Amino acid sequence: MTKRLVTILLGAALSASPAFADLVFPDLSYRTGPYAANGIPFSDGYQDYFTLLNERDGGIGGVKARIDECETGYNTEKGVECYEATKGNGALVYQPLSTGITYQLIPKATADGIPIHSMGYGRTSAADGKTFPWVFNYPGTYWDSASIMVKHAMDMSGGSLEGKTIALLYHNSAYGKEPIRTLQELGKKHGFNLTELPIDAPGQEQKSQWLQIRREKPDFVFFWGWGVMNQVAVQEAVNIRYPMENFIGVWWSGAEIDVVSAGEGANGYKSTNFTYVGTDLPVFDDMKKFVIDAGKGAGDGSNMGAVQYNRGLFAAMLAAEAAKKAQELHGTADITAAMMRDGMEALEITAATYEANGMSGFAPDISVTCENHSGPGMALIQQWDAAAGKWNAITDYIESDRSVIDPLIAEDAAAYAAENGITPGCL
Amino acid sequence: MLYREAGDFKTTYAEDGQTFPIRLDRLGYYAILAVAVLVVPFVINDYWVNAVFLPFLIYAIAAIGLNILVGYCGQLSLGTGGFMAVGAYACYKLMTSFPEVNILFHIILSGGVTAVVGVLFGLPSLRIKGFYLAVATLAAQFFLVWLFNRVPWFYNYSASGQISAPERTLLGVNITGPSTSAWATYLFCLFFLIASAWIARNLTRGAVGRRWMAIRDMDIAAEIIGVNPLRAKLSAFAVSSFFVGISGALFFSVYLGAVEVGEAFGINKSFLVLFMVIIGGLGSIFGSFAGAAFLVLLPVLLKNVLAGGLGWPTDVVAHLELIIVGGLIVGFLILEPHGLAQLWRVTKEKLRLWPFPH
Repeated sequence: MTKRLVTILLGAALSASPAFADLVFPDLSYRTGPYAANGIPFSDGYQDYFTLLNERDGGIGGVKARIDECETGYNTEKGVECYEATKGNGALVYQPLSTGITYQLIPKATADGIPIHSMGYGRTSAADGKTFPWVFNYPGTYWDSASIMVKHAMDMSGGSLEGKTIALLYHNSAYGKEPIRTLQELGKKHGFNLTELPIDAPGQEQKSQWLQIRREKPDFVFFWGWGVMNQVAVQEAVNIRYPMENFIGVWWSGAEIDVVSAGEGANGYKSTNFTYVGTDLPVFDDMKKFVIDAGKGAGDGSNMGAVQYNRGLFAAMLAAEAAKKAQELHGTADITAAMMRDGMEALEITAATYEANGMSGFAPDISVTCENHSGPGMALIQQWDAAAGKWNAITDYIESDRSVIDPLIAEDAAAYAAENGITPGCL
Repeated sequence: MLYREAGDFKTTYAEDGQTFPIRLDRLGYYAILAVAVLVVPFVINDYWVNAVFLPFLIYAIAAIGLNILVGYCGQLSLGTGGFMAVGAYACYKLMTSFPEVNILFHIILSGGVTAVVGVLFGLPSLRIKGFYLAVATLAAQFFLVWLFNRVPWFYNYSASGQISAPERTLLGVNITGPSTSAWATYLFCLFFLIASAWIARNLTRGAVGRRWMAIRDMDIAAEIIGVNPLRAKLSAFAVSSFFVGISGALFFSVYLGAVEVGEAFGINKSFLVLFMVIIGGLGSIFGSFAGAAFLVLLPVLLKNVLAGGLGWPTDVVAHLELIIVGGLIVGFLILEPHGLAQLWRVTKEKLRLWPFPH
């Protein structure tokens, strides 16, 4: 009885949502739960950029962009529900900002023919576009970040890591386990020892892991954290007086919000990053004028210029550029998900593209091909300046060690293809 | 007037002993079955099946399983998430090791594997009771999740530690994998739910169920009248874990397709299923359905009405969802401590007397 009643009510609620002929960009965001601190600014940046395009340029190629927001709470079950709820409305590309949900969606979206852009997260071997034609992870993968971190550690220790110890402190999930393979390979190549220290979600309890770090004194700590776990880890590192410049996070563990709570002690903490931090670019002036001051922002605008906000903005900009490319390729403004995929696979982002969007020097140039869905795989190292309260880039964009990563990607992609009966090939 | 025993004459023992002695109940039961099997598969789409029906069907199986243990046998368990994980990982290992065997048998076998594990972790119940047993099963929960995270053999040494279900068919129709059709997965899970409910209902009506209930009501008295507590308790653990294992296997292979043990089968899952049982009604098969429906459908309904219908911000809706569902749980437990099943029972009592109550 109850079930039938609910069914009827649900049906009424569902049929009430109307359909538009816009370019639909679903935003599987998380504004609640232990990961909200990172999820909110990213989602704000993502939405604000599309609002800016609508307000300033009248949309993308004359067609308005629409955001379908759905709250996942970083939970895979809710992520699946969100995917099913939004895919029928003409969704062009999914950016779930969660490695777990990405893993979940890869087979589903491939079957449904909707591209996924897991920007710097998700399954690393999706870089192989022949096996994963619908999944993109440009501008870089976890394995790129791992390699860049190793390179930086090598620079810091005078060119050699022979006999050194690196502790990998990671979120005990698909996300945190991703870099292990590469770090093991790199350990063989460069002669360092790898200690794996998993932290269970959500990561508020890390005392025992940090006790182990205090006891074993690894030369470097690499960190794969997300959400509330980041703040706790930085605080714990301060507590045991670990040398902060030897504590290096992946690009998802290096936002302002992750370090401010540890105060002065967090000074010197490092992370990789692939985007610009700050607001000194024309795009932010437009954003303030057309979106924030007009009261159309997704948040209150206070996050503008922050690491995760800028990354959300970057994700939206890449999606918009891919949509433009798709419109150009297919000669129609009203593109479908399949056309969007073609646009993503032919994406070329150069200095001129950044310039045209008022984002000069925002990120490295990106060129996507069928063989390479992960783009340049470059990132810089940024360091936290607690006194000034900002991140400073301390290196140029560093290239990852493709000679190690490429065979690993090929191997993992081949295993996936064999498991799922996929014949690799370009679409 | 309509809902009454009067005029419904039973002339055989079989008729007298049937599950639904009242005619209207029986008709309602067959009508719901007919709708579920013959109508729903034709009108269902991807959203409905993945957001509403599959979670409901699968959680209902888990709730039936836990209800046997907690509601019928009185053994408090917080290990449901861990046992679901056993079902899921058993199913994964079987699917990848014996691809030629049909998925139907894999799922049933996963239930069997979970039953064995359940009996193993049920052994402490012979010595400890109540909250202490809850702590012992809590240990099972954490141990099992840790095990599946720690030992790479369980996830076939995959780099991410995730398990993902390969494509499998039944009678030529895709059941697992990405290219399944809504009706096929729905019917597959529905089959397991109907079978589980049917078995559970008949077990609890018979001698086995009476033994469980005797243990629940007073174990010393039960022992004196000749119930073997070892067999009663362990059989409850075995049957309960069997159903929970099946639900875990379906949860992984048919519903999600890829899972990560810590997230999908964490302690939260144990609590969720326990809440389903408590809200639905301890010691009632109908209660398991009602509890699962309440906790699976209500959040989806609220989300669709508030975010989809009224267009409120998604974070406000997510918080409101927690507040409303939590408030309703507290409200229900104050107004009707015996759960939705008791509410249904009271309604039926009233209906019998209607329109001339005393």
